Amino acid sequence: MSNKKNWPLWEIFVRSKNGLEHRHFGSLHAADADMALENARDVYTRRNEGVSIWVVESKHITASNPENNGELFEPAQDKVYRHPTFYDLPDEVKHM
Amino acid sequence: MKNENLYNYILGIADNSLILGQRMGELCGHGPTLETDIACTNISLDLFGQVRSYYQYAAKIAGDDRTEDDIAMLRKEREYKNVLLVEQPNTDFAYTIGRQFLFDVYHLAFLAELQKSNDLTLSAIANKCIKEVSYHERFSSDWVKRLGDGTEESNQKMQAAIDDLWTYTDELFHQTEADKAMVAEGVGVDVTQLKEKYYKQVNELLKEANLEIPESKWFQKGGKEGIHTEHLGYLLSDLQYMQRTYPNMEW
Repeated sequence: MSNKKNWPLWEIFVRSKNGLEHRHFGSLHAADADMALENARDVYTRRNEGVSIWVVESKHITASNPENNGELFEPAQDKVYRHPTFYDLPDEVKHM
Repeated sequence: MKNENLYNYILGIADNSLILGQRMGELCGHGPTLETDIACTNISLDLFGQVRSYYQYAAKIAGDDRTEDDIAMLRKEREYKNVLLVEQPNTDFAYTIGRQFLFDVYHLAFLAELQKSNDLTLSAIANKCIKEVSYHERFSSDWVKRLGDGTEESNQKMQAAIDDLWTYTDELFHQTEADKAMVAEGVGVDVTQLKEKYYKQVNELLKEANLEIPESKWFQKGGKEGIHTEHLGYLLSDLQYMQRTYPNMEW
């Protein structure tokens, strides 16, 4: 803790409105979860962007490997019947 | 001026926020980390927002052609009524945090009382400011604890800042002539009533932060009467530079 460079990295998720989901806003450094929340408030919601903040230390996120993108994502691309594009969505259904 | 006491009373409140806001603004781009830099600048912007409400009201009370900007930017050093505490420099981050903490505890208690003022404008401003100041107080208290209860070095620095700034705390509870007149009218806050609670709260937090409560009973005063430390002149020359160099400029 004597060196600020040792502060771990945190990922910040903000819900901008009630009813919407939390979205990834960015990342920042903080010594612990409380400080991460306060920093997130100052860095990402100072212009009234949010109603709720989640913070999670970046090391707890397991990411997919870009090298595996082929086997992970490509099989869906050539099967048009797997995409629900044949339905008409009513205007009332937002955020789909 | 018809209501000079009210005018001076408003300036007494607002000048604290203006000068502290300027001090925190100095850290813009110079904070110890990106995150604390933004936090300090946010506090600065909160304070400037509050200042505008007060000065707009004061300009209305004055009833001549002066504006909020004239009041903020074009007074001389002796005409500023802020307490000495808020003009103390950002010697290091511990001083910045110590100054903020010692003021925030007072500021929050003050606004809670000002909300009860029978002057509806002042009580509305207090009502609006108190949420922001609650956050400031949480932020600065949190950092006093982190630094005081952190490493040996951070503890020493936080202790040095508290020891140096302590001498400016008692002035927060001094009453000016305008204060007394406004308290009598039910407009102003009787700051002498806030003192006991203030020191109790501050002392408890210092203990929690593993810091010694300074023993000195000798206190500085004068800011409320316009007698300032040597630091204010330099601060004002920064603050007023644009208006003095390009009079009546707007943007």
